[in-house]
Amino acid sequence: MFTEIDTASLDEPVADGPLAKTWHAKERVRGRPVNEANGSCNTKTEWVEHVTRIRDAQDQAAFAELFQYFAPRIKAFLMKSGSDAAMSEECAQEVMATLWHKAHLFDPSRATVATWVFTIARNKRIDVLRKQRRPEPEDLGWGPEAEPEQLDVISLQQETAQLRNALSALPQAQRELIEKAYFGDLSHREIASQTGLPLGTIKSRIRLALDRLRHAMN
Amino acid sequence: MSNKIKHHLTDDLLMAYAAGGLPEAFDLMVATHLSLCDHCRARAESFEAVGGCVLQDQDDSVSLSDGSLAATMALIANGAPIAKPARPGCSVLPAPLQDYVGGDVNAIQWRAIGMGVKQAILPTTREATARLLFIPAGAAVPDHSHNGMELTMVLQGAFSDEVDHFARGDVEIADEDLHHTPTADISEDCICLAVTDAPLKFNKLMPRLFQPFLRI
Ligand SMILES: [Zn+2]
Repeated sequence: MFTEIDTASLDEPVADGPLAKTWHAKERVRGRPVNEANGSCNTKTEWVEHVTRIRDAQDQAAFAELFQYFAPRIKAFLMKSGSDAAMSEECAQEVMATLWHKAHLFDPSRATVATWVFTIARNKRIDVLRKQRRPEPEDLGWGPEAEPEQLDVISLQQETAQLRNALSALPQAQRELIEKAYFGDLSHREIASQTGLPLGTIKSRIRLALDRLRHAMN
Repeated sequence: MSNKIKHHLTDDLLMAYAAGGLPEAFDLMVATHLSLCDHCRARAESFEAVGGCVLQDQDDSVSLSDGSLAATMALIANGAPIAKPARPGCSVLPAPLQDYVGGDVNAIQWRAIGMGVKQAILPTTREATARLLFIPAGAAVPDHSHNGMELTMVLQGAFSDEVDHFARGDVEIADEDLHHTPTADISEDCICLAVTDAPLKFNKLMPRLFQPFLRI
């Protein structure tokens, strides 16, 4: 069953959760980097390495792979949000350029690269289509003095992959409503019935990462 | 800090914030609360993970124009790394609010609305209104009800009403049916962020006279 977001599930054990054994590498084929033949670790931290290479070495080859995977998806996403093809492509390019310029701000213990790219694309949509500012929470990022634990990064990436599987297993009507919300087509009042998403584990994982980050900041 | 917060945002507000479907004033409320509350921040970020999944499952056969990557590399070459936003540290107003006020509490442009209560309307799109409220220690905001939804979050001091007691970071979510009279604690002046998606209706004669001047 799905775990609803609530205070009680914050206390669930997360490190050795039942999700670990239902992880299947074969589910990842569609999203795998194109020329990533070696290193099984990369299948679990899909794309994180690419962003690190951009951050540390301005690696254009890594960027080209990210671009090839994400730019068409961003364009398709923005077109479903009501933007025309030309505008969507222009925005997709700007989103990808922002990814490059923000590579040093990405925290892989709290988000996958896909989640992070989604937030950049969402903000672009709010800016361009809705023409409004997007207030963001006070920034909490890892500084040069400390980086997230690799185990946290891998766990978060795995749990997001599980979430993706769970979403695709939802009944079609429910999945379409959720997609509609993310295309910006539902108001918050219409979203009210869309809780009950399987988010308990991933929420606990992010909470843990936030606690570690707060600790490292002090 | 955040572990003392008792009154949190709802799932539908957090999901709408993550999805990017809220009016700007509500975005400002959510971003301000998340700055103080790691519990809701984790919930909001898990809703963003849903967005990441939706993005990944988009049709990847949408074609890009020739030279799209080259155009993006040109954008990159003409841009510059985006600096980490400054964290104001120990202040009354969290960073997203400071962006709208232009500073901390001392920068707020208050306007008196009667009986010692002051407000400052923040510049957002018109679908909804965000304002800061100043309630003197021990004073009450006139009894009012709502056409729409009203969220009130405490930034300094505390208030009580017919529902509960609210302190820094706590959010009261009031709908059409709630008639309430928030009263500030006697110990300190209370500052709140209040967001509504419809005009307030005041229930007492005096406050009703003020309403035309409130711009809400
Ligand atoms: Zn909260």
